[in-house]
Amino acid sequence: MKLNRKDVEHVALLSRLELSETELDKYTGQLDAILEYIDVLNQVDTSAVEPMAHVLDIRNVMRADEVQPSLPREAALQNAPDAEDGFFKVPKIVE
Amino acid sequence: MKFETVIGLEVHTELKTASKIFCGCTTEFGGDQNTHVCPVCLGLPGVLPVLNEKVLEFAIRTGLALNCKISHYSKFDRKNYYYPDLPKNFQTSQYDLPICEGGYLDIEVGGETKRIGITRVHMEEDAGKLVHSGTISNSEYALVDYNRTGVPLLEIVSEPDIRTPEEAKAYLEKIKSILSYIDVSDCKMEEGSLRCDANISLRPVGQEQFGTKAEIKNVNSFKAVQRALEYEQERQEEVLSEGGRIIQETRTWDDSRGVTLSMRNKEQAQDYRYFPEPDLVPIVVDSEQIEAIRRSLPELPDARKARIMKEQGLSAYDAEVITATRPMADYFDALIAAGAEAKAAANWLMGEVSKLLNACSLDIRSCPVPPANLAEMIALIEKGTISGKIAKTVFEAMWNEGKTAPVIVKEQGLVQMSDEGELGNIVEAVIAANPQSVADFNAGKEKAVGFLVGQIMRQTKGRANPELVNRLLKEKLTGK
Ligand SMILES: [Zn+2]
Repeated sequence: MKLNRKDVEHVALLSRLELSETELDKYTGQLDAILEYIDVLNQVDTSAVEPMAHVLDIRNVMRADEVQPSLPREAALQNAPDAEDGFFKVPKIVE
Repeated sequence: MKFETVIGLEVHTELKTASKIFCGCTTEFGGDQNTHVCPVCLGLPGVLPVLNEKVLEFAIRTGLALNCKISHYSKFDRKNYYYPDLPKNFQTSQYDLPICEGGYLDIEVGGETKRIGITRVHMEEDAGKLVHSGTISNSEYALVDYNRTGVPLLEIVSEPDIRTPEEAKAYLEKIKSILSYIDVSDCKMEEGSLRCDANISLRPVGQEQFGTKAEIKNVNSFKAVQRALEYEQERQEEVLSEGGRIIQETRTWDDSRGVTLSMRNKEQAQDYRYFPEPDLVPIVVDSEQIEAIRRSLPELPDARKARIMKEQGLSAYDAEVITATRPMADYFDALIAAGAEAKAAANWLMGEVSKLLNACSLDIRSCPVPPANLAEMIALIEKGTISGKIAKTVFEAMWNEGKTAPVIVKEQGLVQMSDEGELGNIVEAVIAANPQSVADFNAGKEKAVGFLVGQIMRQTKGRANPELVNRLLKEKLTGK
């Protein structure tokens, strides 16, 4: 076993996911299988290979420091589940 | 048991670019809620952030000014955490390949210079602002304004080299001074463009290993950082002295009550799960670019201070105060260029000028008295045309009316009375009118002289040359 149920509970908490008992069992198995496979990949000798920071061989894509128009507020809030006085409205934060 | 305090500081500074770090939204402070936002900084699906080149330049500038090594290869990472001030549920930051590493700055505390190491300087984005209904613990919901989300930030991390709260304050003042000199940030703590988190731990004197640290957040001024650290130092010493154990936790500073409070219940199980940001490509900087930025750096506070001490003969303290901000140092240089004597120029700058600027909440850049005019007034004092006391009245009039010193002196008849005959008559009249003071003086009460001087100054509306008054008074009282 690469990871146990407790690890999955921990990651679920960090990701703010509520998982049922069946889901916890299911994901523990699936994530474990993924990590097992990564162990297979880890067998490849990469000592002579530089760590890759990005899949594309592109560097230094930048833009000039120029202000562009922002969204109208109505548009910005359009997809918000809830809004009030031009603010995004979210559930209370500290339990 | 005696303890040694170990402090490390994390300073966040907003960069004064026109647009945000990864999108074209304005960074302007204020603005109605959620009007400086776009699909990129709101983290809508499918958008592509692109780095603002000015942010990289400012980061390198800062790194060089802090004596750091600039990385030739750098990248962005995602710092994952769920809090509604981040619309994307992660903050784009730098993890293992920051743009700058391994620098230092020198601070002066108690007349001694101390070097504080800089671990790293990295680029990241600022978060939004939460507005709570009621207090944070009893509110039913929170409102979020994302205008600050994506404003470019630099995080400057110090080595745990700081040993006292006083050193911490000096370090912050130095950081602010350097950032203002190199013109990368407004450094306005009240607008949140300069913020500080402090790590503090205690260890028995002589012990190599660090003690368990607490992190203090939410400190809004340099003074408050010092107070919060002083409080925390005392709290930890008390716990340790009673055989207790420090818990590694985040504490918040309550300025009104003057205490730090635990936030641990909210902080448990923090794990940012950093990974490389796939939407931003790596940054490669060559030596030529770095050297070009190095050449563009202005004279930094330490160098300027040393120069002013050497060229103008000012004390270390005066030079430190004057070079703390670049505009102040520029004003001083302009005074000297206009012919003012250095020590007088420094005294006026640190005295009346600063006093009136503070009273009017003005920056020296908007000082209503131009340096040439102040230099002209200082020259009038040197020449004996006006007394140092009257000069304060003249300066206030220059400030309020925008006129030059010679005009004000002429209009208000403030020329110093230095005529020995004229002043002698007034001195004699005052002596004649105050026999009790004369008797006191003859009885050995030197203080009586002060009263007589005050009377003479009143009669001359403060215009009498004070040195001459003193001499004449002594002569006439002692009959010599
Ligand atoms: Zn934007």
